[in-house]
Amino acid sequence: MDNDKIGQIIDKYQGEASSLIQILLDIQHENHWLPRSALEVVSKKLNLPLSKVQQTATFYKAFSVVPIGRHEIHVCKGTACHVNGAQDLLEEVEEVTGIKPGETDPDAKFSLKTVNCLGRCGLGPVIEIDGKTHARMSPAEISDALKKYE
Amino acid sequence: MGEVTLTIDNKEVKAEEGMTVLEAARSAGIKIPTLCHHEKLEPYTACRICMVEVESRGRSELDTSCSRPVKDNMVVRTQSEELTEIRRTLLELMLSHAPDARELQELVEEYGANRNRFAKEPSFCIHCGLCVRYCAEVKKKNAVVFVKSGVRREISFNKEIASRECWKCRECFELCPTEALQTAYLLTEALTSDSSSFELEPDA
Repeated sequence: MDNDKIGQIIDKYQGEASSLIQILLDIQHENHWLPRSALEVVSKKLNLPLSKVQQTATFYKAFSVVPIGRHEIHVCKGTACHVNGAQDLLEEVEEVTGIKPGETDPDAKFSLKTVNCLGRCGLGPVIEIDGKTHARMSPAEISDALKKYE
Repeated sequence: MGEVTLTIDNKEVKAEEGMTVLEAARSAGIKIPTLCHHEKLEPYTACRICMVEVESRGRSELDTSCSRPVKDNMVVRTQSEELTEIRRTLLELMLSHAPDARELQELVEEYGANRNRFAKEPSFCIHCGLCVRYCAEVKKKNAVVFVKSGVRREISFNKEIASRECWKCRECFELCPTEALQTAYLLTEALTSDSSSFELEPDA
């Protein structure tokens, strides 16, 4: 992510240090994660110690300070999804992507996460890819669906 | 500022308005244990070991004495069965993180805490925040901060700031009730030692 883009985001909030969380959220949204270089720019422009920016960036689960892939896969492990075979689904996703929950593949194509409930319990087992819900998935179906992502 | 009179452990204590219960108690020679308190820093209420019973409107409530302002006719108890129980449990929880912490040992004896009540998860830090707050409030450097959250929360030195500021200061070391701070610092030192900005220790 280039510094101009970060600069634009910061300008949008008039460079107010009190908008730190909002600025980090916007960068995270654009870039999927918060590289150290981005935090350094934010720290400089907002005139905040880098340590304080890091403190905030590591505090919230919404932020990631490690690389996240272009596509984010959320496998629901809620009770309803669990009884409908979420575990088999997760294992299939791990097999296809070659990564475990919490990991990102070396090409930064996929990041895998398990979530506790997506609130679509009637559609289980549910997988969300880049915010799009895939309902009542079977391992074979999710394997096909994942192949479509570049 | 006006003067108020309160009762601490059945003893009449005079205090200035705006003082905390802890300050009033100490001025009267009444001992209340503390771990995260420091005179130069704002009350933080992290360790909760300074918990006392405050009687108000006929009921007794629990509050941290380091943050509770004194009030006229206030009735405070610093020792009771319940408080001992609370302090003992707090100590037992802290011991699971920092079993050998210097400042805990005396309190462990006093409150009869069981060292092995909780499984050991030695992070060597009890999250008192003394180093973090001292660096931010007194030194205004923010070289050491808390990172992450919940059970993963830990102190972390920022390499750039630490390599500039820490050698000549290191005032936070003696505040640490455990050895965690020094360990974290030494780790940062190790990570930055190949950078030329880091001078050799003068007395090494």
